[in-house]
Amino acid sequence: MPTTDQYQGMIAETVAVPTATADAIYAYYARPTGPGPFPGIVLFHHRPGWDEWYHEITRRFAHHGYATICPDLFFRFGHGDPDDVAAKARAEGGVPDDMVVEDGRACLDFLRGQPTSTGHVAVMGTCSGGRHAYLAACNLDVDACIDCWGGRVIHGPDDTDEITPIAPIDMTADLSAPLLGLFGEDDRNPSPDQVAQHEEVLRRHGKEYEFHMYPDAGHGFFYYDKPSNYRAEQSNDGWAKIWDFLARTIG
Amino acid sequence: MCTTISAKYPIAGSAKGPAGWFSLDHVYVAYDHPFHVDEEHAVGIDFVREQAGTGHRVAVELTIDDARDLAHRILATLEEAEAFETS
Repeated sequence: MPTTDQYQGMIAETVAVPTATADAIYAYYARPTGPGPFPGIVLFHHRPGWDEWYHEITRRFAHHGYATICPDLFFRFGHGDPDDVAAKARAEGGVPDDMVVEDGRACLDFLRGQPTSTGHVAVMGTCSGGRHAYLAACNLDVDACIDCWGGRVIHGPDDTDEITPIAPIDMTADLSAPLLGLFGEDDRNPSPDQVAQHEEVLRRHGKEYEFHMYPDAGHGFFYYDKPSNYRAEQSNDGWAKIWDFLARTIG
Repeated sequence: MCTTISAKYPIAGSAKGPAGWFSLDHVYVAYDHPFHVDEEHAVGIDFVREQAGTGHRVAVELTIDDARDLAHRILATLEEAEAFETS
């Protein structure tokens, strides 16, 4: 972080990133100004959509020195107000896992292709985005993964379908990077039992990870715009762990 | 948690949004993270015209109790309506 006598600058804008399906995915890209080089982060937004909260944390990561890109994973459902688009995506069952992986790959390539990139990129998400970050880390070459309360990493009996054909937990052998997981004790998806199962699988495969389970917190405890979800103390601690993890893994 | 409790159904009728009335072609009914009401989960009912794009949407978010109460009130109104129609 710059000191008070140092210049701080940021560019944050929508960019179009070519994808495997030949569509261009719109993504919000925020980066520090200057030659860098800067490590990068691909952010996978949550189920409520490509919303203001995700645009704000994209800028937050850039403020901390990371070239950060957050793609609109729901763009194939249409364009409009983010919650109108997310409602349609919800009604259609969400975005297929293989599409998420390919859109993630496109954004990884975009970041690494920038002249200001160190080449080191993390993936991160909250809620369904946490699941998507884990999926990306098991299928792509990433340097770090942050999974914030990603549900359905372990599939329940009705969770396997054509949109989500493989439980991410079953891909753990291919996890390519250190993993940080942040969870709330009062969450039900993932529940503390499911988080414990996830840990056991990571240990069995000899993966590098650190998990933190926060008491008196449920799903979405970072969301300062949702009073019923937000837990300030736990959120502040979680963010501190994120900065520490990123410094150790991607710089 | 993301519930994945969501479905869409074809429907005919009309809804009024900020830009005025429009014809409906589908309704979405879900129980999942809401967009506006301050609950972890809510019943979301979206009256939409998919043919016209994502902006043609009238959305309601309710708690389970309020949604069930509304459902009962709708059923009660339907009984009166059907009685009226057959009288």
